[in-house]
Amino acid sequence: MTKTCPARPAYPHPLASAAPLALLIAAALAGCGNKEEPKPAATPATAPAVAPTITVRIGHVGPLTGPQAHLGKDNEDGALLAIDDLNAQGIEIGGAKAKFELLSEDDQADPKQGTIVAQKLVDAKVNGIVGHLNSGTTIPASKIYFDAGIPQVSGSATNPKYTQQGFNTAFRVMTNDVQQGLVLGEYGVKKLGAKKIALVDDRTAYGQGLADEVEKSIKANGGEVVAREFTNDKATDFKAILTKIKSKKPDLIVYAGMDAQAGPLMKQLRELGIKSNFLTGDGGCTPEFMKLAGEAAEGQMCSLPGVPLDKMPGGPAFVNKFKVKFNTDIQLYAPYVYDATMVLADAMKRAGSADPAKYLPEVAKTDYQGVTARIAFDAKGDLKSGPISLYKYAGGKLQFVETVGGGAGGSGGDAPVPAKGDGQK
Amino acid sequence: MDIFIQQIINGLVLGSIYALVALGYTMVYGILGLINFAHGEVVMLGALTAYSTITGLLGLGVPLPLAALAGLAVAALLCMAVGYTVERVAYRPLRGAPRLAPLITAIGVSIVLQNGAMMVWGRNYHAFPNLVPERQYDVFGATITLLQVLTVLLAALTMAGLMLLVLRTRLGRAMRATAENPAIAQLMGVDVNRIVSLTFVLGSALAALAGLMVSANYSIAHYYMGFILGLKAFTAAVLGGIGNLAGAMVGGILLGLIESLGAGYIGDLTGGFFGSNYQDVFAFFVLIAVLVFRPSGLVGEKVAERA
Repeated sequence: MTKTCPARPAYPHPLASAAPLALLIAAALAGCGNKEEPKPAATPATAPAVAPTITVRIGHVGPLTGPQAHLGKDNEDGALLAIDDLNAQGIEIGGAKAKFELLSEDDQADPKQGTIVAQKLVDAKVNGIVGHLNSGTTIPASKIYFDAGIPQVSGSATNPKYTQQGFNTAFRVMTNDVQQGLVLGEYGVKKLGAKKIALVDDRTAYGQGLADEVEKSIKANGGEVVAREFTNDKATDFKAILTKIKSKKPDLIVYAGMDAQAGPLMKQLRELGIKSNFLTGDGGCTPEFMKLAGEAAEGQMCSLPGVPLDKMPGGPAFVNKFKVKFNTDIQLYAPYVYDATMVLADAMKRAGSADPAKYLPEVAKTDYQGVTARIAFDAKGDLKSGPISLYKYAGGKLQFVETVGGGAGGSGGDAPVPAKGDGQK
Repeated sequence: MDIFIQQIINGLVLGSIYALVALGYTMVYGILGLINFAHGEVVMLGALTAYSTITGLLGLGVPLPLAALAGLAVAALLCMAVGYTVERVAYRPLRGAPRLAPLITAIGVSIVLQNGAMMVWGRNYHAFPNLVPERQYDVFGATITLLQVLTVLLAALTMAGLMLLVLRTRLGRAMRATAENPAIAQLMGVDVNRIVSLTFVLGSALAALAGLMVSANYSIAHYYMGFILGLKAFTAAVLGGIGNLAGAMVGGILLGLIESLGAGYIGDLTGGFFGSNYQDVFAFFVLIAVLVFRPSGLVGEKVAERA
C-alpha cells in the first residue's frame, strides 16, 4: 500500500475536535491510505520538446504511522522536496529527460515491517532508496537492497553496524554513533564536569548502539557509569527507572533514544526531584523535545551530527523552502534525506544512467555539496568528515553551542531549526 | 526505604489510571462477553479532545480550572457519543454472530479511530498543559506531586461512585440482571439494548477521565497512545477477573505496582540478568501465572457457563 494520506491538517482548529461529527467523518475517511495514487510530482518548468523521457523511481521508507510518525513524515517531506526540485531542474540522464517519482512506504519503525516494505520496493524495481529512518529498520533492510544491487542512502540511521556489514550498496549522509558517542561522553566528563553518569536507552538499535559508544567514551575519559537503565520506544512512564537512578545520585543523565521519550523523561526526572544535568543525542535534539519537556528542558544539552543549518551555504534557503512548501517546520532529518536523494540523482547524472548496476560505482565516488555538508564517502559508505554540534535548550529554543570534530569550526548562532513559538500544532 | 516508598507511589498513580481504563473493559465484558479492543482508542480520543479544548480555551483567556473542567466535559461527551456509536454500528449488528466476529470488528474500530485521530490531530506529539500547580510533597523521603495525589483521589472517588451505581441503583440492578442473563432480563422488562448502550456510554466517560489523567500525568497526548495503554488495562482486567468491577480495580492497582517495583528491583535481584527494559514484561509474567493457577482472575468468582 503506497501511503498517500496528505490529509493531515497543518493547523487544526483547537475546537474543531469538539464536534463528534467531524471526528466520525474523519474516521470514515481514514481508509484513504489504500488508494494507489502516485505521489504528486511537480510538473517540470521547462521541458525540452524532443528529448526522450525516462522515469526514475526513488523509494523512501520511514515510520509514517506509529509513535515516530512525525519524524517519518518529516523525512518523507525532505525526499518530496528533493524530487520536486529535481523535476523543476529538468535533469537529463544519459541524454534522456528524467522524471523523478517518489514511492513512499511506511515501516512503522518496526524491523519486521521494514524488511517487508524493502522487498516490496525491490519488487517494484525502484532505481534507488533513501532511508530508512531508524537504524533498527535500516540494518535488516540493507541486506535486501544489497542482494538486489540497489543503492541505499540513509539520512538518519546512525548505528555503525549499518555500514560495517560490507555492503557496497549502503551509504549514509549522517555522522555515525561512534563519532557522536565519543563526543557526548567526552563532553559530559570534560566540559560538564560530571563524574557519576547514568545512562538510559530505549533498546532500539539506535539507542542501544549510541549508549554503548557513550559508555565507552565516558570510561575512556575517566568518568564512572553509575547506572545503566533501559526503557522502550513506546513508553511514557519512566518514574520507576528514574527512581532507581535517583538513588545513585548521578551528576549527569544521558538518554539515547527519540524525542517522544526524552521529553517526558526530562519532565519526570524533575518531578522526582532529581537535579542532575541531562544530555541527549540527535534523536532528542528536536523542537518536539522542548515542547514535551517544557520548562524542565531549560539549560539542558543535546548533540546533532553536522553543523547547524544556518552555518551551511544552502541552509537558511532550505528552511524557507521547506516552510513554504509544507507549511510546517523541519522536525529533524528532512535536510539529510533531501541530500540523500540529491546524492542518488547526482550519481545517476554522472553515470549517464539510472540503472542501479551502472550508477552504483558513481555513488561511492560522490563529491557533492549538499545542504547539510560536503558529501563524500569513505570505503565503508560513511561520511568522510563527521563534525558533531552541541546545542543548549534555552529560552524555548535550541541554541547552538559549539562544533566538535570533523575539522568544522564555528561558534555562536542559532538552532538548525526554528523553535515552535507557541507549541500549538 | 525512600526508594521503596517512591516506587509504591509511582505504582499507585500508574495503577489507578490502569484501573479506570480496565473498568471499561470489564463492564462491557460483563454485559456482552465481548472484549472491546477499541476501548484504548476511546481513552486516546478523550485525551486529545481534552487537550484541544483546554489549550483552545486557555488561548481565549479562560482561567485554567474552568478550562480543565470544560476539557473534561467535552472529552466525556465526545467519548460517550463515540462509545454509543461504536456499539450501535459495530457490535449490535453482530450480537448473535460467533464470538470471533465482534472481536475482529473491535480491532477494526480501533484502527479506524486511530487513523481518524491521526488525521484530525496530526502525527505530532502534543504537550499537555499543566492542570494543577507544580507542587511537590515529601513523604518519608519520597517525592509526590499534587497532580499525583489528585489523580489517585479522583480515581478512587470515581470507582466508589461506579460501585454505588452498580450495586445500589435501579440502573445498576438492570445492568447486573443483563449481565446474568440478557434473555431473562428482557422478559422481566429490562430494555437490554438500552442497558448495553448505557454501559458503553458509562465506560467511555470513564475512558475520557482516564485519558485526561494519563495525559496530565505524563504531559503528552498522541494519536497512538491508546494502543499500549489499552493492552495494559485489558491485562489488568484479566488479572483481577474480567467481568468483575472490584477485580478491575484490584488488577489495575496491582499491575501498576508490579511494573514499578519490577522495573525498580529486578535488575538488582537477578544480578543484572533481567533489566528495567522488562518493565512491560513483568505484567505479562504475572498474568500468565494468575491464569495458570486462578483462571478466573484474582477477585473473579466462578463464571457460570450459560446454557
